[in-house]
Amino acid sequence: MKALLIRDLKLAMRAGGGFGLGLAFFLIVTVLIPFSVGPQSALLATIAPGGLWLGALLACLLSLDRLLALDWEDGTLDLLATAPLPLESVVTIKALAHWLTTGLPLVLIAPALGVLLSLPAPGYFWLVISLLVGTPALSVIGTFGAALTVGLKRGGLLLSLLVLPLYVPTLIFGAEVARRGATGMEATTPLLLLAGITAGVTALLPFASAAVLRVNLR
Amino acid sequence: MSLWEYANPKKFLTTSERVLPVFWWLSGACIVIGLIWGFFFTPDDYRQGSTVKIIYLHVPSALMAINAWLMMLVASLIWLIRRHHVSALAARAAAPVGATMTVIALVTGAIWGQPMWGTWWAWDPRLTSFLILFLFYLGYIALWSAIEDPDTAADLTSVLCLVGSVFAILSRYAVNFWNQGLHQGASVMRAGAITGTDTEEKVSNIFFFPLMVCMVGFVLLFIALVLYRTGTEIRARRIRALMARERMAA
Amino acid sequence: MTLTVSDLSIARGGLPVLQGVSFALARGEALVLRGPNGIGKTTLLRTLAGLQPPITGQIDGNEETIAYAGHADGLKPTLTVEENLHFWAEIFGTKEIATAIDAYELNGLRSRPAGALSAGQKRRLGLARMLVTGRPIWVLDEPTVSLDTGAVAMFADAVRAHLGKGGSALIATHIELGLDARLLDLGGYRASLPALDDFDGSFV
Repeated sequence: MKALLIRDLKLAMRAGGGFGLGLAFFLIVTVLIPFSVGPQSALLATIAPGGLWLGALLACLLSLDRLLALDWEDGTLDLLATAPLPLESVVTIKALAHWLTTGLPLVLIAPALGVLLSLPAPGYFWLVISLLVGTPALSVIGTFGAALTVGLKRGGLLLSLLVLPLYVPTLIFGAEVARRGATGMEATTPLLLLAGITAGVTALLPFASAAVLRVNLR
Repeated sequence: MSLWEYANPKKFLTTSERVLPVFWWLSGACIVIGLIWGFFFTPDDYRQGSTVKIIYLHVPSALMAINAWLMMLVASLIWLIRRHHVSALAARAAAPVGATMTVIALVTGAIWGQPMWGTWWAWDPRLTSFLILFLFYLGYIALWSAIEDPDTAADLTSVLCLVGSVFAILSRYAVNFWNQGLHQGASVMRAGAITGTDTEEKVSNIFFFPLMVCMVGFVLLFIALVLYRTGTEIRARRIRALMARERMAA
Repeated sequence: MTLTVSDLSIARGGLPVLQGVSFALARGEALVLRGPNGIGKTTLLRTLAGLQPPITGQIDGNEETIAYAGHADGLKPTLTVEENLHFWAEIFGTKEIATAIDAYELNGLRSRPAGALSAGQKRRLGLARMLVTGRPIWVLDEPTVSLDTGAVAMFADAVRAHLGKGGSALIATHIELGLDARLLDLGGYRASLPALDDFDGSFV
């Protein structure tokens, strides 16, 4: 299991691995927000938590179609399916690798982007916490979407159509934590709910992902 | 004689052809009677005026928007467990009907909301949930049409339907948490509504009976449409299979 | 470990292709599958590897014993030859890759990225993967594609060594490998068209 994780991390870091694309995308989306709504810092401060969450979510979405498709194309998934490692573990590790290479960097860069959007001071802590707790769920749900569409030639658009509605609860609770935190309101309730979603999907969704992957492999 | 006999495509086709006219006529009659009764023979609401009459379309379509998804969920489970092709095709056939019902509910809701709340759209939890439900329908339909192999498509969409159901419920609660909203509660089925004791937020008898007729009509219409569309799907599959046989024999 | 297949029927794309396939593959034995294109060799091998379920029939002895090699080698172009092999060795819980490297003469290519290999070299690396799995039954689908005669000999030697150690191999190929192998012609198992009025049968 460790081997698969290490391999995925290596692949992401090497040339053509796409590491950093998500970060760049996150940065660009954040820069575009003031262009679209205007430079008033009061307005930006209001939309900063939600804008950053949406940006992070879209950045996660961007790399999903490579998550399993590359391993599908070169036959690795076939071989992994015949290996001693259960497919449930494979998809879990794939999701973990995706989070480490996409989600975690987004969490780390988010405070810097918060400055660009004049995020109020108390908001930084809650923004980082909410992203830290919420982005794993995005990776796990995204892996399910990637497993559903892995056999399709142009699955990217369909993948977004399938995954985005599934992202709704995570986005609502995550952005709610960041929003409440930024305005100094109590934010532990949505944070707990967000953690519940992350825990729930991490525990259960890999079974669904593995099941659809098996269907796609046959 | 077991229920599963109808899982045989041929048996399903002959039976559904026999009962379909009954469903068409009954649903048509119920909807016509319900709507005429509702539109012309009930008084205007003392607060909402004549706009209230849109409930005869709004409530039944909203009801069926959810029930269609539930039916798809059950059909998907039957496919996953018992591998009856008709079940998977019925789920596929129901999806566009459910999506249309969702759109009708949303549009009639907007038309009703404009005079009542002064806006076509508000990010009220109930409205938002229906919009999300509509997105789920879209994804489900898109996945069906994207996959070539019918059994693979049936498996994948079934799992999507299961997972989607869980997320739809999650979204419903999340949206509730997010915004408390201005929609009136689900007032039709409450006990007070039937006895008509409380007039404030509940639908009283005089609106309730025509509404009931409309809802029955929509349920029957849904069944008829799904039976009809499933029949079409079965024939399409059969043509596919026959063409494949031809190719194989050649 | 004996692989036993009894009365197996398999389908491709919803259409039955083979029916009534039965054979046994004992330790130290190799079986070569023959048959025209489209007869269902790949489908049969994928079914044996557990990648797809059969329509009917029984497969015994294929649990955690099969090393499968399909048309694609599952190589990552940015990883080196060594890293690619190491990865599969760890996935299958074996550590040693030296034998595999030697058997396919990959020593000079150890630290070259797999993306920079020629088609034949890639194939050799893909076949070397079989050696690091430690699995007793090799299931190989057209293993000699893009191999030159020298590499084919390497492959035949590797299979012979594997058989000598009590392993077995099931190979779909059209070329003569010089192995002491039984032949199984799948032509005789071609599926007949299913009856039209089966339960659900009007779909297949």
